[in-house]
Amino acid sequence: MSNFAVRIDRTTAAGAPTEGPEPKAATRNACKLCSPLGAAMVFKGVRNCLPFLHGSQGCATYIRRYMISHFREPVDIASSSFSEDDAIFGGARNFAVGVDNVIAQYEPEVIGVATTCLSETIGENMLGMIKDYKERHEGDGPPLVHVSTPAYTGTHSDGYYAAIKAVLQEFVQPLNLTLSHQVNILPPMCSCADLRHLRDLCALYELEATIVPDYSDTLEGASWDAYHRISPGGTSVEDIAEMSASKATLEIGHTQAGRKDSAGVWLEKEHGVRREALGWPLGIRLSDEFFASLSLISGKTMPETVAAERGRLVDAYVDAHKYVSGRRAAVFGEPDLVVALASFLSEIGIRPVICATGSKLKGWRELLAGEIDGGIDDIETIAGADHAKIAERTRALEPDLMVGSSKGYPIARELDIPLVRVGFPIHDRIGSQRQLTMGYRGTQELFDRVVNALLKVKQDDSDTGFSYL
Amino acid sequence: MNTATTPEAIQVLTDRTDQVWTKGSGKAFKCDRKSTAGSVTQRACAFCGSRVVLYPIADALHIVHGPIGCAVYNWDIRGAMSSGPQLHRNSFSTDLAEKEVIFGGEKKLKESLVELIEYYKPKAAFVYSTCIVGLIGDDVDAVCKSVTQVTGVDCIPVDSPGFKGTKKSGYQAACEAAFKLVGTGDTGGISKYSINLLGEFNIAGEAWMIREYFEKIGIEVVATITGDGRVDDLRRCHGAALNLVQCSGSMTHLAKKLKEDYGIPMQRVSFFGFEDTARALYAAAEYFGDEDLMKRAQELVRSEIAKYAPTLRAYKKLLKGKKAALYVGGAFKAFSLVTALRTLGMQTVLAGTQTGSAEDYEQLKEICDPGTVIVDDSNPLELAKFVLEKDVDLFIGGVKERPIAFKLGVAFCDHNHERKIPLAGFEGMAHFADEVARSALSPVWKFAPRRSLPRVTQNKEGVSA
Repeated sequence: MSNFAVRIDRTTAAGAPTEGPEPKAATRNACKLCSPLGAAMVFKGVRNCLPFLHGSQGCATYIRRYMISHFREPVDIASSSFSEDDAIFGGARNFAVGVDNVIAQYEPEVIGVATTCLSETIGENMLGMIKDYKERHEGDGPPLVHVSTPAYTGTHSDGYYAAIKAVLQEFVQPLNLTLSHQVNILPPMCSCADLRHLRDLCALYELEATIVPDYSDTLEGASWDAYHRISPGGTSVEDIAEMSASKATLEIGHTQAGRKDSAGVWLEKEHGVRREALGWPLGIRLSDEFFASLSLISGKTMPETVAAERGRLVDAYVDAHKYVSGRRAAVFGEPDLVVALASFLSEIGIRPVICATGSKLKGWRELLAGEIDGGIDDIETIAGADHAKIAERTRALEPDLMVGSSKGYPIARELDIPLVRVGFPIHDRIGSQRQLTMGYRGTQELFDRVVNALLKVKQDDSDTGFSYL
Repeated sequence: MNTATTPEAIQVLTDRTDQVWTKGSGKAFKCDRKSTAGSVTQRACAFCGSRVVLYPIADALHIVHGPIGCAVYNWDIRGAMSSGPQLHRNSFSTDLAEKEVIFGGEKKLKESLVELIEYYKPKAAFVYSTCIVGLIGDDVDAVCKSVTQVTGVDCIPVDSPGFKGTKKSGYQAACEAAFKLVGTGDTGGISKYSINLLGEFNIAGEAWMIREYFEKIGIEVVATITGDGRVDDLRRCHGAALNLVQCSGSMTHLAKKLKEDYGIPMQRVSFFGFEDTARALYAAAEYFGDEDLMKRAQELVRSEIAKYAPTLRAYKKLLKGKKAALYVGGAFKAFSLVTALRTLGMQTVLAGTQTGSAEDYEQLKEICDPGTVIVDDSNPLELAKFVLEKDVDLFIGGVKERPIAFKLGVAFCDHNHERKIPLAGFEGMAHFADEVARSALSPVWKFAPRRSLPRVTQNKEGVSA
């Protein structure tokens, strides 16, 4: 049985090792999810918003289950539940009934509508349906925000950023004023703890952050004394409306920085809010850039508590450098996370020898080249990767550890190397929503986890089993 | 406001009032309907139905023809175990991109199939159609035929676009696909006392336990369909004398086809709980009319119950009087759970299924106590409403129901296909009791606001008095 249970992507049905060229046409064990999932994450970060997928109900159910297993929170996502007739004649009626039922049951302040492969392929006129809805409710119903998310054009990461832009375009209002204490943050798909940390850090610089999305409470809430039809938390439509008055927008994520059509660019062009494009603030260098931006916007120097965190982090780097120096890692996940992880690992002396993402990103290698300390001659950069490919390269390069989601477990187990779990989905450990990966403090947490994973290997591998390392 | 402090604050949708019923109310009850748009059904789609049924066939290649989402959300999350091949635990997809959606995906499907079959040498390949394939008009049947010719491996299309009916339609599509293999293998050497176990998916090794019972009694299990499934077992399963159908919602269609074409009779059974497991073993022994079989069945039941009854009695003392809610996929599981909970001294106050039929619900109504709420194709809000109304202590369901229970300070037992703990058979009943007790008797609930508030108030009153 053990013959079969390892290397399941390299074993034939009869239990023999596979032979011949690796299959290329099919995706084997994808390293990406579909774009409506990203949109649903964003809608969960808007106050009293209910996500609604226009298509077959399986899309909503699958995405709900995946998000619930990661966040361990209620995730209600409605669907227009297409039938065969709707697929042929269009789902306008189901959309109308579905939206009305959502209003009747949930009394949402916003309904976040994302399309699916099905509704996109039959060419549903979403704007027309939304117009019909408005007419039917004579302006009384909750606003609908709509984003186009066919899964055949991108990944969950693309759906996520597209939904942020859609939310802003729908709700930001022109205001002829600038509030010098207010700042917008457009974060990448990060943990709930990261979102809270971003807000707290802004507060230390006396800046009030409007974060879109902010799912820090909706996807990591308290235990309830009553049932909340929609989880409490999220950024309100009123606050989003006033984002035009912010002093600046921090748009976080390397993939968005180079884009001319990002949400932050739109805010800048449309509402004149200065855009600061930043990388995911992980590691000292990227965090320094982030805090420099906060200083620039607020006019404040680095608060003592933050400076102290930086000091302790540098000290920790020094204390532990020998445990990590010269080690090699395989990193995989959403592009923005992988760039940040690669940058951080290279900064502490671990070579990120495999940097893989499921996104078919153009310029992936160039993007990484700009962020990895020590050059990328020894680094394999793979865009459009699946986990079969990642496994193949990991077997070949034999790194000391893997950093990424739970989906890396089979190969980490096979090679008997640690997997430091970061990203989405993590459904074999508890608490990923509470793990920080931003700022000096988040870097410290991840650094300790990486170092300790390597120390554990060293300890477990030793025959004597010293308790003193 | 979005907060519901009382059950009355949650309204059942007008379209759904006929799908919610209270024993003793005398009002009409409807089921077997497609889900109401916007209701936030707990059901998935037809594709998902097909995928769950065929998934455990371990030496087959399963490829999802469509964009990536449909394949990725079910990659290796289920607890269906295999004693050998693990090929089913991979997730293969044609991962259609925009250009294929426009120009067709047949070429990519063909290339994918040929490459994967050469590489993994599966005994057969199942090709699942998703929504997109149903729309762009790929001729999946033709591709399958041609690849079968080229490779010599049977490629079987599964007609499962998500919009095509309900999850149940997907079950049917899966049964149709599986049936294409039936009758193509040699049935020589099969005992006259032989059965197939249909609708047993070997979650956490349950099929192995059940198979062992039958082997001990002297009954040969030709095929478990589809738990720990093998293509060759399906090919020869028509040689069995009797079909025992466990997950009736998913497999009745295949059992009916086996009856029509091969004259194999079927019986509905369940292996959850002492009573139902014993009943299933007796039913098979009785069918063959051999006294020795029945004697051995009785001996086995006696010794197994003796082994686990003390554990159960101990748990019953601790769990007695607690109220349970259950929301599961199929009705037969619901029946068994009501009985199993009674064994533990617990009462079912809310019972529901995703795919029960009118006949199923009649039976469910009969075995439940007066006042029990019965729901068909329910949703999170309704489930929360009745958890509050009935002041439930324990919820039995799947991952999607778990947060409803936990947020309200209610214990939870996972009885879905993602679990990794065997709950079937006699031993499984002991695990079930243990699972229920670990959650229901945990000391953490006293901190949950919904559980701790009355006590806090009481203390305050005590202090002020």
